[in-house]
Amino acid sequence: MSELHIVTEDQITPERTRRGKLMIRGGLALLIATALAQWADQAGLVDLGRTSWRPTLYAFCLFATLLCWAQVVLHGEQGKRTLFVLPAALFVVALVVFPLIFGLGIAMSDWNLASPDGRKFNGLDNLWQALEDPFYLNALWNMVLYTAAILVEYVIAFGLALLLNAEIRARKFFRVAFLLPLMLSPVAVSWMIGKSMFEPRFGPMARLARTLGWDNPSFFGSPEIARAMMMIMDAWTYIPFMMIMLLAGLQAIPKELHEAAEVDGASPWRRFWEVTFPLMLPVSITAILIRIIFKLKLADIVINITSGGPGGATDTVTSFIFREYRDRSNVGYGTMLAFIYLVLIVIAMTALMKLTARWSRPQT
Amino acid sequence: MTAETRIFRDSEADRTFRPAFSLSKLAIYALLIAWAVVCLFPIYWTVTTSFKAAPDVMQGNMIPYVDFEPQRLGWRALGLSPDTIGTVSTPREEFLRRFWNSTIISVSASLLAVILGSCAAYGLSRFSFRFGPMKNDDISFFFLSQLILPPVVLALPFLILYRELDLLDSRIGLILLYTLTVLPIVIWIMRDQFAAIPTELEEAAMVDGLGIWGAFLTIILPIALPGMVAAFILSLVLTWNEYFFAALLTSTHANTLPVMVASQTGSQGISWWSMAALSFAAILPLIVIGILLERFIIKGMAAGAVK
Repeated sequence: MSELHIVTEDQITPERTRRGKLMIRGGLALLIATALAQWADQAGLVDLGRTSWRPTLYAFCLFATLLCWAQVVLHGEQGKRTLFVLPAALFVVALVVFPLIFGLGIAMSDWNLASPDGRKFNGLDNLWQALEDPFYLNALWNMVLYTAAILVEYVIAFGLALLLNAEIRARKFFRVAFLLPLMLSPVAVSWMIGKSMFEPRFGPMARLARTLGWDNPSFFGSPEIARAMMMIMDAWTYIPFMMIMLLAGLQAIPKELHEAAEVDGASPWRRFWEVTFPLMLPVSITAILIRIIFKLKLADIVINITSGGPGGATDTVTSFIFREYRDRSNVGYGTMLAFIYLVLIVIAMTALMKLTARWSRPQT
Repeated sequence: MTAETRIFRDSEADRTFRPAFSLSKLAIYALLIAWAVVCLFPIYWTVTTSFKAAPDVMQGNMIPYVDFEPQRLGWRALGLSPDTIGTVSTPREEFLRRFWNSTIISVSASLLAVILGSCAAYGLSRFSFRFGPMKNDDISFFFLSQLILPPVVLALPFLILYRELDLLDSRIGLILLYTLTVLPIVIWIMRDQFAAIPTELEEAAMVDGLGIWGAFLTIILPIALPGMVAAFILSLVLTWNEYFFAALLTSTHANTLPVMVASQTGSQGISWWSMAALSFAAILPLIVIGILLERFIIKGMAAGAVK
């Protein structure tokens, strides 16, 4: 990446430095004071008559603004550069890092929103309970199966990308048509496909199945078929995504390479395996990794079509936690489940990225 | 990548390009058409079903005017049929309110994400920073690693936080959360955009007396605009379709369209026509966006795929 080199002369007077530091410290002091006052209010030490933590939120916004402003006061031109990144960083820290720390506290407590007892700290009890929860382990295993289905999606997406890269007419029409499933909301898809097209009595797919000789089609009755249906529906939505990335990769391959292979007399099959596929490896890996990340968030269609059934066969971790909250208001346990999932994902993704980096190095 | 280079070229040179494999033309077209049917049939089915009456649904009639006479039952139930558009209709009011919520939330979240993300991506592509132990690469990784974070991890802590902050069931709450979810994608797209713009442009501008922000706003942003539009459209699609957080954090006021679709299609029995009408009305804006702005969406998704 190219860097911009500019020499600027700023005269930062001691007066200015003091003012900048005063802004940061003042903002921080105000934030802490507000938070403490609110905490005392909640704990019943003083009565300020406030019901929500909004004032603390406003104090944080004020602090963030002062912090950004103080950068310019303190560092002049360099501060103006910091101003590009600082707002986004503060935003992410406030909305991710803080809730994660806060969530860790929730995860270590016995907290049911529906019960009047409120929150009780119980250490790692939730963790031990989760490790013995057959439904949670089942949901984790389902995620492995769902993720494995990505390989099939990849093959189909690669095939479609090759087709779209061929010399065809009406290319734009096909591209738009193939892209449309990605645009549709998963909730609408779960009705359009899951609940109406695959409806066992009147749905067109059930009719088709009956003509093909399956007398009593039931698409969400048995665990295996239901899980396969979820995979198919999710694949239908996300194949365009991989297809577009692969197509972009295909079009970046110089044509001379194919021509050279053709002149050398390589058969189409060998040309694909020895020219196209190796060149596509880095793009393929990126596409598959991003697809895995999206797959791990899978929930909408499961929640809306089967709500995890039959017998938890289609449950994803997300839909399981969703129901843990919806049906039992079990916030503490649900958060612990989510944190275990996060740790597993981080480990798996790190390992996967390290591995793929090693594989793809010789080719690139 | 600038406005002129399109990722998928349909130029003459491209059409004369002989594909490296020789499936026969017919097979290619057959496969393409087969997959187009797979992609389009559910949409066709939903549109036609919204014009069916009960007997048509049960007999499985497919083609309007041939198999069955189109009725406006579904659209009337939703209050969006042309012949009842003047009358008062509760479902329509409900629908329009949800539609408006979805529009406000997704547009503001995408806008906010594009503004924050573009600035951050520009800063990271041009200057070297040090925040404590973190350097540029670490900061980039910090932003992009948010992609891996599954939403469910944030869901319950946010539920509790929003309850304390009195932000449950409010548009602001959803906007903040949605901005967060699309921010890494925007940064990813915009980083590529800015890296492709030569730094000589800003240097020239600054010799002419512009400040760094002046150069960014007047010189760089117009060049990077197509990329920003791509990031915006992609964010819009993702936030418009988001269901999980909306279902968890809203109840009556700030419900978005997917929540309404989910609750309606879950509860009613077999009044397929009205649910088909609702589903179709919910996806229609995205179909229009997909057809009209296809190249921006593709541009956004292909960013980062090819270096």
